[in-house]
Amino acid sequence: MKFFNFHLMPYRHADLDAIERNGSAWVTFSNRHYDPQQGAGLYHEYLDQMEYADRLGFDGVCLNEHHQTAYGMMPIPGVLAGALARSVKRAKLAILGRALPLLNNPLMVAEEYAMLDNLTRGRFIAGFVRGIGAEYHAMGVNPTHSQDRFAEAHDLIVRAWTEPGPFQYVGKHYHFNYVNPWPRPWQSPHPPIWIPSQGSASTIRWAAQKRYTYAQTLSPIAVVARFFQMYRDEAEKAGYQASSDQLAWSNTIYVAETDAKAMREARPHLEALTNRFLKMPTEMLLPPGYSNIETIKRVRAVKVTGKPQTLDDLVKNGVVIVGSPSTVREKLAEYQDLAGFNTSLTKTQFGTLPDDMTRANMAAIAEEILPHFRDRLPQGAQQAAAE
Amino acid sequence: MDDPIPSTLELRGCRIALRRAGSGRPLLILHGAGDAEEWLPCIADLAARHDVILPEHPGFGASETPDWLDTISDLANFYLEFLDRLGLTEVDLVGHDLGGWIAAELAVRNTRRLASLTLSGAAGIHVKGVAQVDTFLGSDEQRVRDLFHEPGRADPTLERLRRPEREDVVLKNQTTAARLVWQPRGYDPHLAKWLHRIDVPTLLVWGAHDRLFPPDYALAFHKLIPGAKLAVIPDCGHLPHVEQRGAFLVALENFLHGRRAAA
Repeated sequence: MKFFNFHLMPYRHADLDAIERNGSAWVTFSNRHYDPQQGAGLYHEYLDQMEYADRLGFDGVCLNEHHQTAYGMMPIPGVLAGALARSVKRAKLAILGRALPLLNNPLMVAEEYAMLDNLTRGRFIAGFVRGIGAEYHAMGVNPTHSQDRFAEAHDLIVRAWTEPGPFQYVGKHYHFNYVNPWPRPWQSPHPPIWIPSQGSASTIRWAAQKRYTYAQTLSPIAVVARFFQMYRDEAEKAGYQASSDQLAWSNTIYVAETDAKAMREARPHLEALTNRFLKMPTEMLLPPGYSNIETIKRVRAVKVTGKPQTLDDLVKNGVVIVGSPSTVREKLAEYQDLAGFNTSLTKTQFGTLPDDMTRANMAAIAEEILPHFRDRLPQGAQQAAAE
Repeated sequence: MDDPIPSTLELRGCRIALRRAGSGRPLLILHGAGDAEEWLPCIADLAARHDVILPEHPGFGASETPDWLDTISDLANFYLEFLDRLGLTEVDLVGHDLGGWIAAELAVRNTRRLASLTLSGAAGIHVKGVAQVDTFLGSDEQRVRDLFHEPGRADPTLERLRRPEREDVVLKNQTTAARLVWQPRGYDPHLAKWLHRIDVPTLLVWGAHDRLFPPDYALAFHKLIPGAKLAVIPDCGHLPHVEQRGAFLVALENFLHGRRAAA
């Protein structure tokens, strides 16, 4: 299994009570709460952690994009990827991803990603997402155009990487007389494309058809397993057998000497992530047209945005893995076999977790977990299916 | 009083639902981002003196959602063709909220078939520095309460919209509304430049406490449309035809009657 250190770069000094009073850390949570002194410190702290992950032997580091929120300080992930392109010496560098529909000019992502692919001499992984619903409030982009713009921007970027320019592109949302980006990507035909999603059936089908790596975001492991099975089924319909390398699970892992200590230490920080940084009302998460009406009805019916979750819920449902080294190894192996993935996108920092605890966690994962999984593939049913 | 007769009509490859009641001069009502049903009590009154026509816009209610529907301009052109198809002349056109925006866009293009224009709580222009409620960030309940000056008066509307069989239509209407108004939020920066072209008698009827399009919007339309008359309804929010139906009908009928007397 491959391990990527996935950072959300939260503004971990945020006033959690103020977030609670505002109802969300997104869109309407005033940036008066952002202190540039502290924020600058966090950027360097987090970039140092990414470089540390490289030295510890993680296979890659991941950035992502969110706007106008204390949940993550990466509205323009390419800035941080640029900073890491030279200091992360060995590991892959992934942006998971840029939110294509928010862009008025997706050619700039073709350029930005090609630059990063050149800078890293082919260690770059290109993620494309739609962005979550809150982004459409924050950036003034029509959520009913989201799926169309994503499809169009993706097609434009891949063509820009693979077809000799200049050529003309005329879509519904994007129009260019000259598509001819310099530089071209370092990898051929282009950097690997990864598609993180919350589990939309149409996205899973599309990713499987394109043979793009599918990354499942923050979900209970049983749900992850179901979505990964959908991917394998769709691959089969498309005429090939999906490999476990095409499936990545986005999780959180915290390791300490004992289960009790790990739970005690992780609890406030993970609960801050889930119940403060991540919380938002349904109308912010799902603006009209962002998803189809059936999805909106399903989400509203389970009231996912309302319930506070305890660490015990998160552990029990297999959203996160927290415990002693042996517990974490056991759970991770169980989940790998259940869901059949071969990449773990792991948040080692989460919520309000401070630097010293993050680095201890990273070191523990590198020493106690990584070596045991280095050559491990999904066992049992998934393995049989893949053979 | 005649009950409205529901029917359908296919135009530009889109089958829309339509209610028609009464007799007299044609009065075409273009509903807002909510739904057409909130107009039914008004229709009952208006049908005594008018041939009232209440279509559901493409993408709303029982009407189909055509592939070509992207902007309010599409609907303005659609309703110009609708007037042609029905062969209507001397039409009194009434538009509320985004229906007001459609009506204004239509009238800027061509008033040949119109006798008058009435805009109520109309979208379509932007007035700098006037705070507006963001209906897309309100909860299902708050979004409806914000439409009323006295939030308690929202109860019957909330009860109607909460019926389980309405859920799909409510979501469909929200989706189409978002498609049409999300960005720029509720206006076309080019509309205000051409409102002076409207050459039929125009009434602006506005809730004094409209939080979506506060009365400053009525004043702005008043400046931009030559000779427009303004009726501000007291104790009223964004839905004069629902929250103050009596006062709304008086203002509308006085305007239409006065126009006829003058003609």
